[in-house]
Amino acid sequence: MSNQLLQRHGGLALLAAIIAAGPLFLDNGFHYNVAILAGLNAIVCIGLNLLIGHAGQISLGHAGFFALGAYASAILPERFGFHPLGALLTGALLVGLLAFAIARPILRLRGHYLAMATLGMGIIVSIVLDQKVDLTGGPDGMVVGDLTLFGQALRGNLAWYWLVGALLFVTTWMALNLVHSPVGRALKAVHGSELAAAAMGVDVFHYKVLVFVLSAVLAAIAGSLFAHYNGFVTPDEASFIHSIQLVTMVVLGGMASIAGSIVGAVALTLLPQLLADFHDYEMIVFGAILMGTMILLPTGVVPTLAARIRERLA
Amino acid sequence: MLSEFLQFLFSGLTVGAIYGLIGLGFAVIYNASHVINFAQGEFVMIGGMATVFLMAAGLPMPLAVVLAIAGAALVGWLLARIGIETARGAGVVGLIIITIGASILLRGLAQVVWDRNFHPLPPISGDAPIHVFGATLLPQSLWIGAALIAIMAALRFFFDHTRTGKAMQAAAIDPLAAQLMGIDIRRLVRLSFVLSAALGALAGVLVAPITMTYANVGVMLGLKGFAAAIVGGLGNPLGAIAGGLVVGIAEAMTAGYLSSAWKDVVAFVIILFVLLFLPNGLFGRAEVHRA
Repeated sequence: MSNQLLQRHGGLALLAAIIAAGPLFLDNGFHYNVAILAGLNAIVCIGLNLLIGHAGQISLGHAGFFALGAYASAILPERFGFHPLGALLTGALLVGLLAFAIARPILRLRGHYLAMATLGMGIIVSIVLDQKVDLTGGPDGMVVGDLTLFGQALRGNLAWYWLVGALLFVTTWMALNLVHSPVGRALKAVHGSELAAAAMGVDVFHYKVLVFVLSAVLAAIAGSLFAHYNGFVTPDEASFIHSIQLVTMVVLGGMASIAGSIVGAVALTLLPQLLADFHDYEMIVFGAILMGTMILLPTGVVPTLAARIRERLA
Repeated sequence: MLSEFLQFLFSGLTVGAIYGLIGLGFAVIYNASHVINFAQGEFVMIGGMATVFLMAAGLPMPLAVVLAIAGAALVGWLLARIGIETARGAGVVGLIIITIGASILLRGLAQVVWDRNFHPLPPISGDAPIHVFGATLLPQSLWIGAALIAIMAALRFFFDHTRTGKAMQAAAIDPLAAQLMGIDIRRLVRLSFVLSAALGALAGVLVAPITMTYANVGVMLGLKGFAAAIVGGLGNPLGAIAGGLVVGIAEAMTAGYLSSAWKDVVAFVIILFVLLFLPNGLFGRAEVHRA
């Protein structure tokens, strides 16, 4: 038990150390940009991994939630006079309610049917954002104002780095707590065998809905922050390919591994930057990673490495 | 009034027949392996693009079409051999991700090997429209309808009257029992990928004169084909065709009477509606698990 405690807090301490040491290694705006985007992706992926890895429910539409959060932060302050922070919270709340409303019918589906339903939902969001030109600016996207905290506009890479870093830390801490709580154990049981879990008295459906809503809210918050940081949003944030990118990060890092989600998000945020000179080959590499990971390392990079290290030590 | 309605109906039936053909590919693979192949749309793209570039290289159209379909079939075989067989234990989510990876990989390859431009293909027999009650009908639409009927007849014959076809049916009903009867399931899975890749490529050749073809043409077509298969009931070939026609007509009517901007939404709203209220599709067997 104490060993387990050490593992949990050891991981958190390591994450805190890496985030704190980050600015020592980040030299310029470009580095900060990549680090901040990686952090935001990691927040989405931690939520998504709770859904895919822990609860065993696939979603091919999470970019839709991300985009709804982003557009809440773009539209509410601009057109309805919301405070940016109020817009972020309102967006998260609305996405949570939406996710709750659709989770009830959608999560009764399984496997391919669930994949199709979430995919359809994501595509509907992206088409609506594309077509409601008077509200969203349509395919051209719209400009997003600054995020203000305590009357101060949040500007500059370092400020954004600390904000995203802190939020990533909190998200990780919360996810770890969730996984090691009765909820987490219930989810593990659901993933193993739904029938067995239900027979043991686990309210399977309740937990699935809970995780679906939580992951949608995390995506929405990350979307809001992305919108403010980027200063601009387009309906592309809701695209099918963005949903797939998020799933790829989860799969590459390792299903049901929180550390894996962070590693996957960082790796796949970094990759397009490293491949910038080979832009034409980006999709090939991306597709090959997706296939290769699933075929060769079906449990993902982090769990595979962890198992190897444990073997060595034992 | 009537002519307008007929016009929308013709365009809906044409595009619906294409969705149905693509949906048929989903059904064939699903029956043999219970895999949903998200790279199905890329077979459609390969069919169209390979034909365009083979013709540009100087080949006559019939030969180019045959080679393009054979090429897609080879890609289908490779996908089954490398992607599916080596990851048999991957589970539903894993297999979905593998085929999505394959679809992105194939699109990326198409952009590099060929290009990112839009290409037209010549229609099979000219483009002088036929007038029916004031509406116009393109000859290509008739070809698409004829191809659909011919393929349905051929598949019916294949499934009901050949040993391999019957083996595929048996494997669809109960893979374990089929295997115990000496049926080589792995061979059937490969064959189903080859068959459905060829069907997809043919759809790609048929639709290219109407919509043009390009490296990403398969994304939406693949999703609509998947929609057709689900609306018709997964794994039901005839259902997939009917589902394709339903989706196609609904789209065309929305585009005609409301706004073309919303036509893609309609397809996905239908899917959600079918999934939630008719979870076995319009014609499917009861196999969706609802908790």
